[in-house]
Amino acid sequence: MTPEEFNEAFALSQFLPGPNVVNFSVVFGSRFGGVAGAAVALAGLMGPPLIIVTILAMLYARFGDLEMLGRILIGITAAAVGLLIAVVAKMAAPLFRTRWDWAPLIAIAAFIGVAIMQWPLPLVFVVLAPISVACAWVTR
Amino acid sequence: MKDNQLLSLFGYFALLSLFAVGGANAAIPEMHRIAVEVMHWMSDRQFADSFAIAQVSPGPNIIIVTLIGYHVAGLPGAAVATIAMCGPSCIVAFLVARTWDRFKEARWRIAIQAGLVPVSLGLIAASAFVLARSADHNIYAAITTGLTALVGFATRINPLWVFALSGLLGLTGWL
Repeated sequence: MTPEEFNEAFALSQFLPGPNVVNFSVVFGSRFGGVAGAAVALAGLMGPPLIIVTILAMLYARFGDLEMLGRILIGITAAAVGLLIAVVAKMAAPLFRTRWDWAPLIAIAAFIGVAIMQWPLPLVFVVLAPISVACAWVTR
Repeated sequence: MKDNQLLSLFGYFALLSLFAVGGANAAIPEMHRIAVEVMHWMSDRQFADSFAIAQVSPGPNIIIVTLIGYHVAGLPGAAVATIAMCGPSCIVAFLVARTWDRFKEARWRIAIQAGLVPVSLGLIAASAFVLARSADHNIYAAITTGLTALVGFATRINPLWVFALSGLLGLTGWL
């Protein structure tokens, strides 16, 4: 794979629905060996983590009520939220800086619909995505 | 009863799989809505715990669905939730990967790519909001979140260091 092909596969997996890294492994694997390549790449990516996380799930089912564990996890969540905010800021910076037009409005609408109104994600997506793509089409 | 649980796990996550543009981070609010608000599979706290465990486990963050599935219906639940969340989007990825290159310069393709970015941005921001509500119960937790946001924005630090430190703060009773 050339660097260009890599970037292309990466960009593609970013905006496909579903888990990005998982998508990337499928796109990447299929370039090399079709269905079999995709399956092997997927198994390689997901296999070991799935075994580990299943063990963690069992441990949590057994010890999840321990106050000590709960305190550690709440600390981790507090930090993980911070990292999510950093991701949002990095994504938003180019969007909000270059032009205050439809893009920030769409992002804010998606946020309000899902976080504040708690509408189902598929519903919000089906309404906003076509509007957003249409805006991108018109303004180019 | 158990079969019903497995069916619901499969149905919800398979649907979500096709709408989660922006990956695991964008799917968090919908998972929370279904698992906590609609189906009452787990408490708010248990959901936040599952998120934290998925963050520190190796591998893609989407394995939070494995944890949710296990919580709902044991090993079969873990397997069904994982397959439902990854299956449909993998099939889409596979099919699109084969045809996508042909439309590299097509205007509709550029419009789709540009149009989906703000939608995922809003969804990821919603994830942060939903999780902050269950994690930031006191001022120290909120400060931890704020500082981590700054560090995450300004540096390329390995998140595991941040998690180790914040986990320690939590353990010692600050958060």
